[in-house]
Amino acid sequence: METNELIRALASDARLRAAAPSSVWWGAVGLASALAAVIFFTTLGPRSDIATAAETPRFLFKFVVTITLAVSAFGLVRVLSRPEETSRRAILYLATAPALVITAVIVELFLVPQDAWLAKLVGTNSVTCLTYIPLIGIGPLATFLLALRHSAPAKPTLAGGVAGLLAGGIAATFYAAQCTDDSPLFVATWYTIAITSLALVGAVGAHRFTRW
Amino acid sequence: MERKAGLEGRDDNELARLMRAAITGDERAYEQFLRQIAGLVRGFARRKVQSGIDPEDVVQETLLAIHMKRHTWRADTAVTPWVYAIARHKLIDAFRRRGSRVEIAIDEIAETCAEPGHDIPSHREVDRALAALAPGQRSVVAAISLEGHSISETAKRLGMSEIAVRVALHRGLAAIAKRFGRN
Repeated sequence: METNELIRALASDARLRAAAPSSVWWGAVGLASALAAVIFFTTLGPRSDIATAAETPRFLFKFVVTITLAVSAFGLVRVLSRPEETSRRAILYLATAPALVITAVIVELFLVPQDAWLAKLVGTNSVTCLTYIPLIGIGPLATFLLALRHSAPAKPTLAGGVAGLLAGGIAATFYAAQCTDDSPLFVATWYTIAITSLALVGAVGAHRFTRW
Repeated sequence: MERKAGLEGRDDNELARLMRAAITGDERAYEQFLRQIAGLVRGFARRKVQSGIDPEDVVQETLLAIHMKRHTWRADTAVTPWVYAIARHKLIDAFRRRGSRVEIAIDEIAETCAEPGHDIPSHREVDRALAALAPGQRSVVAAISLEGHSISETAKRLGMSEIAVRVALHRGLAAIAKRFGRN
């Protein structure tokens, strides 16, 4: 088949049926949040003392971090989902959430006596954290990989990793409402491991399923 | 990053106009768009290609990818950077299949300019993908591309409704884009 013959066939299929990526991504983030909410409320649910907890800065700070991560990853994954991905600067947005965590850890180390550091870091919920953040996040991650497949990422593996961070940010936002370990030392350790595991699954999944 | 397309802004505006018309179903505008794009990509591919790869295969694979991913072009942005990004993606893909890797700088692409087409018939990758289609889709795609029939002529010849022809064409092209170079 010569190129002109191919063009004839493509031209006969001109009318566009596929949805624009921006609406697909907003739809995906809505669906992902709904999936995460269903899994969270049917398995864990919020902690019983949430009203009191909501008045403590450490509890609230967890949401600042997880929502910052989700918002920055959402912005970045949409940039990376385009073939002409131009803005390498957008990756810097992703540094916001880690910078917040590092600052909070430093403040926490001043506020908490040294002999309590380890207990704060280990906490009592590390296994729950490592189980439920991936569990809540896997549905959202699958949704974002489908959105990536619909798009045309220049670097699918990188985009998939960021999709995993987005899923992790959403999952951690729900999980944080249940977890009673509010110390930044706990968040910096266990949340990071759980969210990174979703990012790795996202990178591998995108490499395999979103090539185009 | 500042990008210079190998075209005047005026030409890019013309491509954008054709693409916007194409998306609403203007087949002639789309054909014109694809011919111009093919010229650009051909110039790029001939400059970049290594031995063992037919640049025209890269042109065809890029056109298929542009077709399948045309919803990722944003109507408020320039067309050519988007086209070259897809061409680069597909060229790297072709190199990867050949087992070699390359990095292509955007500046190099910018210097590339369009070259006229050539008409040496040969057995292409796209023919292999076409041959692998289900018979119904294959006969529709072949009737429109190789035999040059319109949608309505194809519908009459194959005893199908026009909608069924359009659906088979769309699915057939999607399957060809997916299988290209992988069978």
